[in-house]
Amino acid sequence: MDSVSDLKSKEIKRATLNELVEYVSTNRGVIVESAYSDIVKMISANIFRTLPPSDNPDFDPEEDEPTLEASWPHIQLVYEFFLRFLESPDFQPSIAKRYIDQKFVQQLLELFDSEDPRERDFLKTVLHRIYGKFLGLRAFIRKQINNIFLRFIYETEHFNGVAELLEILGSIINGFALPLKAEHKQFLMKVLIPMHTAKGLALFHAQLAYCVVQFLEKDTTLTEPVIRGLLKFWPKTCSQKEVMFLGEIEEILDVIEPTQFKKIEEPLFKQISKCVSSSHFQVAERALYFWNNEYILSLIEENIDKILPIMFGSLYKISKEHWNPTIVALVYNVLKTLMEMNGKLFDDLTSSYKAERQREKKKELEREELWKKLEELKLKKALEKQNSAYNMHSILSNTNDE
Amino acid sequence: MAGAAGPGTGAGAAGGDGDDSLYPIAVLIDELRNEDVQLRLNSIKKLSTIALALGVERTRTELLPFLTDTIYDEDEVLLALAEQLGNFTGLVGGPDFAHCLLPPLESLATVEETVVRDKAVESLRQISQEHTSVALEAHFVPLVKRLASGDWFTSRTSACGLFSVCYPRASNAIKAEIRQHFRSLCSDDTPMVRRAAAAKLGEFAKVLELDSVKSEIVPLFTNLASDEQDSVRLLAVEACVSIAQLLSQEDLEALVMPILRQAAEDKSWRVRYMVADKFSELQKAVGPKITQDDLIPAFQNLLKDCEAEVRAAAAHKVKELCENLPIEGRETIIMDQILPFIKELVSDTNQHVKSALASVIMGLSTILGKENTIEHLLPLFLAQLKDECPEVRLNIISNLDCVNEVIGIRQLSQSLLPAIVELAEDAKWRVRLAIIEYMPLLAGQLGVEFFDEKLNSLCMAWLVDHVYAIREAATNNLMKLVQKFGIEWAQNTIVPKVLVMANDPNYLHRMTTLFCINVLSEACGQEITTKQMLPIVLKMAGDQVANVRFNVAKSLQKIGPILDTDALQEEVKPVLQKLGQDEDMDVKYFAQEAMSVVVQRLRKLDLPVKDCDEPSAPGADKNHFLRPRGPGEDAGKGPAYQLCVNPRETLAHPEIVGLVHFSQSRD
Repeated sequence: MDSVSDLKSKEIKRATLNELVEYVSTNRGVIVESAYSDIVKMISANIFRTLPPSDNPDFDPEEDEPTLEASWPHIQLVYEFFLRFLESPDFQPSIAKRYIDQKFVQQLLELFDSEDPRERDFLKTVLHRIYGKFLGLRAFIRKQINNIFLRFIYETEHFNGVAELLEILGSIINGFALPLKAEHKQFLMKVLIPMHTAKGLALFHAQLAYCVVQFLEKDTTLTEPVIRGLLKFWPKTCSQKEVMFLGEIEEILDVIEPTQFKKIEEPLFKQISKCVSSSHFQVAERALYFWNNEYILSLIEENIDKILPIMFGSLYKISKEHWNPTIVALVYNVLKTLMEMNGKLFDDLTSSYKAERQREKKKELEREELWKKLEELKLKKALEKQNSAYNMHSILSNTNDE
Repeated sequence: MAGAAGPGTGAGAAGGDGDDSLYPIAVLIDELRNEDVQLRLNSIKKLSTIALALGVERTRTELLPFLTDTIYDEDEVLLALAEQLGNFTGLVGGPDFAHCLLPPLESLATVEETVVRDKAVESLRQISQEHTSVALEAHFVPLVKRLASGDWFTSRTSACGLFSVCYPRASNAIKAEIRQHFRSLCSDDTPMVRRAAAAKLGEFAKVLELDSVKSEIVPLFTNLASDEQDSVRLLAVEACVSIAQLLSQEDLEALVMPILRQAAEDKSWRVRYMVADKFSELQKAVGPKITQDDLIPAFQNLLKDCEAEVRAAAAHKVKELCENLPIEGRETIIMDQILPFIKELVSDTNQHVKSALASVIMGLSTILGKENTIEHLLPLFLAQLKDECPEVRLNIISNLDCVNEVIGIRQLSQSLLPAIVELAEDAKWRVRLAIIEYMPLLAGQLGVEFFDEKLNSLCMAWLVDHVYAIREAATNNLMKLVQKFGIEWAQNTIVPKVLVMANDPNYLHRMTTLFCINVLSEACGQEITTKQMLPIVLKMAGDQVANVRFNVAKSLQKIGPILDTDALQEEVKPVLQKLGQDEDMDVKYFAQEAMSVVVQRLRKLDLPVKDCDEPSAPGADKNHFLRPRGPGEDAGKGPAYQLCVNPRETLAHPEIVGLVHFSQSRD
């Protein structure tokens, strides 16, 4: 608890731990059955603790320096020892599983909220080894990670170890057998996709996108629900996140099958069309970079008659209106590429552009008109109601008079 | 309501013939399906208008099924829908048809997003009250049961919030089932569901029969309070408050207290924090005897907890805890069992703990009385007044009134002064601002003599602070002081010093003089304003900085109502006329605006207005302002176009003016 008291005892503890680490890594046959219980007890006693409240109540993991664990000098050695123990050729999961059980793993997972990145890094390796060696714990570990993520998304919006857990999941997903179990698909759709809404997405987006793409490489039929999910959670006010989403979409498009592409091209390119005309030039630029990707270009070309009408309006408009010259230049290139893909359609769209705009305006007017009428109707009904209430009232009072 | 439904449908049908052709559901549904989320959202928010257009029957048979089928949308739209449906009973035909609203709300109660789900539950709770008892059992209770046994955790968490609204009106057989469902959710596999159940445990306990509370709720409470997850355990503490209120002292002691004691010593600081945070509620719920035997020792532990977070939460509750003790024996308990721990906290290592304590500690003086305050509390106050953390000192100063009532502020004044001076010069302007806010209060308590001697110079120094917000606050502070100490005091001590600043080389300080006059003139009355302030203001009309000149115009407008007609006619008007011809467009604008006000006032006083300068007043000739000015035109005729978007919107002007002219420092 106090990092400056009992310095001498702490030094002795450190020396002993160092000795232990040394001993298990250089000697064979030293991890005997009777030691397991004590080893796990020692590890539990040292690393399992309720994490303290953060020193900085408004800790922002993207901006602030983390508070480092005061007891790290010896905790580090305990983790070190734990790893050597797990990785020793003498280590026998069949014996260890009596001690490294669900309760143990549960407490281990809670430590991932540690603010100290050094601790989280050790935890990541430890959990990875445990997942690899204890087949009986796998489902439990996945379920608990699931719960941690759901709490993170929907309740606390705060958990320091999301990136580390996702990294482990990346390798777990990689090992999923085909066909994917319903449980895994549910995890993708109900946990990983909603995770994109998190405020601190930047801290773990790379790992998250990796997991998503892993899923799609396993089972291409998931492409459509995944992309629809991302479109549903598309950021509305945060440009940085929008750039991340675009990056992830490109990663997905890199591995998409042409048949899957056809299923989502319409909603997807409607969104891309909006991004391209974003007044934030980084968003527009990121979206326009799609046209530098050979594979995406070939997909667009195959489906040009669908995509060009969606994209044309905003491209045409920003080629005239965008404030940023780089964007305008990029748009010209994109327009040129699209024109080369289907010149006839391009010409048709150019000539019908104005009429199209006018039709939109007219529709807008019709909408307004409709709502105006509805409002009038509402007022009229309210008035009728009032009148009838008034009539009722006067009838009643008349009868009273009699 | 049933009676009203008759004529209502009649009228709807009569007007409905026309409406039907106008508003086929397809058109309305198109609106609800619009590609643009914002438009969709707007349509959903006006869902009641659509329902009204369709009439109750078609709302039931066409609109609601459509809404139920198309639940997949953006969460924002769903949230609006969930909210709307809570107020829809009238639009579907009243209580007899309230159950029609259940299917869409049931789907909404299962979506992922918490805010949507919570809103759906809220609406469902609202609608449950509108159900008839029969409909409640036929439609609402089955819905709760379905949600409670849903596959995904979201529906089960939603169910937790619905038990307490349907339980009281259900028959005994159904009641048993409802309890059974709640029991199973309390031991759900998913921590999210257990948390939801724990959060509703207290609410549910309140509607149960006492026997069931003892036989069923208490075991559930015991389990949740020892859950493996601290996030569940801490919610049980909240439930503890409600449950404790329901039980007799005997049962309380036997059934609840062991758990509460355990929670106060939980290994997770979050649980202990919760106990500290809910302390006053717990204290009231368990009554004086248990408080004395159990809670006070627990509170002592919380006050010396190893986590600062917990100590701060407990420190916040010190005053409330003491207040709520039974008056008999209160003093002894506080002196013997609480005060020693408070003394420790005064020198805590954590500033949040100290400042939490400082915000309540003064309140103890009224409870302990004069002698104890002087002997025991005063040293603590003095120590806190010298604390290194400004927040602690501020918290003490801001609560001085409590002490003043008991021992008078004189006892403190010697230590108070250095503390105030230091805060007054703090490097952070927000700290300086905070202490200014307390000046009028302090002045009232310390008296005019002490004030003049010690604090007056501080108040004047703030007027030339380099931060505008401080100068502004200092100006208002002067006005409040004058209200406290009277006109004579103002004339002798404040006004001369303010007026001297009119000759300051820094134009910001010269403007401060004007700002002070703006607020002081009314408090000082006509004589001082006319004789002492007006000449200075008029003199400043010749200032070389345009900002000063247009503030002269604004000041003249402001003090106009206080002056008599002679001063207005003979002194103010000529100066405003001159400023109205200023080369700077802002000066001109404000001068003309002031002029129109002055002229209006003169007219009200029924004096002939001789000159014809009226038309140049802004309200009189709008075109004059709106017309863009070419380079060749006479600059004297009107302000440049970019300033005069709308001369009536004076609010917009200071901002524009700020851009054009000054670089006010706001650090």
